[in-house]
Amino acid sequence: MKSTLATLSVMSIAALSLAACASDPSESASSGELTVAANDSKCTISMSKLNAGPTTFKVSNKGSKVTEFYIYADGDRIMGEVENVGPGLTRNLVVDLPKGSYEGACKPGMIGDGIRQTLTVTGDAAKPLSDSQELTAAAESYARYVKSQSDTLIVKTTEFVDAVKAGKVDEAKTLFPIARTYWERIEPVAEKFGDLDPITDGREPDAIAEGVDFTGWHRIEKQLWVENNTEGMDVYADQLLDNVKKIVELGQDAPLTALELAQGSKGLLDEVATGKITGEEDEFSHTDLWDFKANIEGSQAAIASLRPVLEKQDPELVKQLDAQFAAVDAELNQHQDKATGDWEFYDKLTKEQVKALSNAVAALSEPISQVAAVVAKSA
Amino acid sequence: MSTDETPRESGLSRRKLLGAAGLGALAAGAVGAGAGFAAADKPDPEVLPDPDALPVPFEGVHQAGIVTPAQDRLYFVALDLTTDDRNSLIALLKQWTAAARQLTQGNDVGELGAVGGSPYSPPEDTGEALGLPPSGLTITIGFGRGMFVDGDGLPRFGLDGKLPDRLQDIPSFSGDRLDDALSGGDIAIQACANDPQIAVHAVRNLVRIAFGRASVRYSQMGFGRTSSTSSAQVTARTLFGFKDGTANIKVEEKKAVEDFVWVHQEDGPDWLVGGSYLVARKIDMRIETWDRESLAGQENIIGRAKGSGGPMSGGDEFATIDFAATDEEGAPAIAAKSHVRLAHPDFNNGAQILRRGYNFVDGSNGLGQLSAGLFFIAYQRDPEQFNQIQRSLAGLNNDLLNEYIVHVGSGLFACPSGVGVDGYWGEKLFM
Repeated sequence: MKSTLATLSVMSIAALSLAACASDPSESASSGELTVAANDSKCTISMSKLNAGPTTFKVSNKGSKVTEFYIYADGDRIMGEVENVGPGLTRNLVVDLPKGSYEGACKPGMIGDGIRQTLTVTGDAAKPLSDSQELTAAAESYARYVKSQSDTLIVKTTEFVDAVKAGKVDEAKTLFPIARTYWERIEPVAEKFGDLDPITDGREPDAIAEGVDFTGWHRIEKQLWVENNTEGMDVYADQLLDNVKKIVELGQDAPLTALELAQGSKGLLDEVATGKITGEEDEFSHTDLWDFKANIEGSQAAIASLRPVLEKQDPELVKQLDAQFAAVDAELNQHQDKATGDWEFYDKLTKEQVKALSNAVAALSEPISQVAAVVAKSA
Repeated sequence: MSTDETPRESGLSRRKLLGAAGLGALAAGAVGAGAGFAAADKPDPEVLPDPDALPVPFEGVHQAGIVTPAQDRLYFVALDLTTDDRNSLIALLKQWTAAARQLTQGNDVGELGAVGGSPYSPPEDTGEALGLPPSGLTITIGFGRGMFVDGDGLPRFGLDGKLPDRLQDIPSFSGDRLDDALSGGDIAIQACANDPQIAVHAVRNLVRIAFGRASVRYSQMGFGRTSSTSSAQVTARTLFGFKDGTANIKVEEKKAVEDFVWVHQEDGPDWLVGGSYLVARKIDMRIETWDRESLAGQENIIGRAKGSGGPMSGGDEFATIDFAATDEEGAPAIAAKSHVRLAHPDFNNGAQILRRGYNFVDGSNGLGQLSAGLFFIAYQRDPEQFNQIQRSLAGLNNDLLNEYIVHVGSGLFACPSGVGVDGYWGEKLFM
């Protein structure tokens, strides 16, 4: 383990790679190994009272849908998560939980708020952090989020690219918005790398204007939806996967600072307000609502990481953020098919529905635009 | 900011305002506009400010922007309330009032303004008015029916019993081609100033304050005031090139203003006494077709001479109109279906209105024609005054002008009376 992790109040490791780090069961009666039995309708955690300290959650998916498991603190701040647990698979999650109240949540089908169970952790409270430590903790918390999203991004992009190269048009169309979900959640990371973002996520009119080849997600999207085939896409598919991997790698080498994080949470909403509301992001597939939701989730994750800082400096702002995130979700979730998790195609929304979404995003953007200054005050 | 729980009004205090740029502006106002402030430190007469740039007092018995001599520019916005929470609406009205006080006196919005805040925060004020004078800015608010009742007629915001009987939808008129997106609205804000940048700045900042509580339904820029509301002003022209609203109620006509503009105690409801009803109509003009009409044809349609504005029955602009006069061939000098005749009080049970409209050009329509017209605004004691006149005018068998115009937007708003030093817009609704 990296030594920096020792200073964290929280640590979560998607433990496929780190099962060896799981704490020795003998250290703590309740913090040994918990099992999480997940299926399509249930999420049973073997214990609900734990001792503070590292705990391993062994998540077994006995259902038919891919699931995720999260440990949430107040305000859905992610303390740890394991994504993409396929049917029949078991994956481990190690989380170092300080004293407090949490929720464990399974998300069968990877949608919704999840099936939740309360977890009470007793024992020593974590030491209060200084302002700067809090900012560091926020940045590290978000880095873990980026890590978990990045891992799945690579998995899903690989699946998408494989489908494209195998000429499986329908499969590729199904995978396109799903892979992009992980991309859009962490877009502020990609945007840090100015050269890679346009060739990965650029749009056709800009490519034409710049006189460069139209590449990336949207090049393949166009072929899939306009031509309904994958002819000539191999080279773009390989390049897409390469660039996604590069961005992930660069992102992990240069994690966002707390201030960048605050700006990123706003940047994601700006993305929504300028790219998604207009329906221009996914102009061929009209899968904009997948991206829309992912941007909101990414923004919410950034705010969740900053939550301890914000709670201390401006609790009123936190209340507003909570209320406005809930309002956006309520507006957005009307357009999701609860059974399949699929979103309505953007060209099917009425003008009134788009305006209602736009209003909700505008209402959220105002308090979000105040976050950076609060973070800066803490620095 | 769109906080409900913490309006942060401490930052918008009048005391602070006076401490900043307000003092000079107020002193100037006292001299230039007779605004009623003690002129303790009169500016040197040699540096008298441009009267068009002076502030108009925000407080008063009536809202400013109604009988205030019409400024050159308009920015009008209609908003829908996206909240259903009473406290949220009250907080919004308070924050808006505080901002309007600052804006009309030529100050930045907020505690820290355009450039005084944290470098990491979006500025409280958007900044495009920095360094510009108040330019006669007035901000006038009106409440639409939709603020009082929802689509099913059920009260909103706990405003049971507050809906004025007269705040009904404007009836349909023959020839109307109303676009729902350009009509209605729960709240209207009229910003008028002698500099369009000032009017836009005001509306933009008010809309910004409202995010999460109100959303813009439509907005309209206007220029070249088409009505004079004071005898001191020359009558302006519409885009048809004619003086329009010569017979408008003028602020100097105290009795007409009292009788036709302000809501009286006996009219009710109590909260609206001293207020007025605002009718807004967006009227598209078929500019190119009109321009091909002969001068005589145009004058016949309007009923006035194009140059002087005098009635076709003779005399100068303000000459009494003689509807019985005939030309040398014995035909009526003023056509029976001319605009001036059908709109005249003599043919409308004496109804008069205070017009305060503006020309607009919203670019072109893609067919090489101007998207232009008149954004008609009228204030009246009772909406029936407008309805009466419009019933006379509407339809292709009536006003000859209807061949060249089409009403595409419509709204009716109840504008409350003015606010005092500590008050807020519409406060009597919530008492």
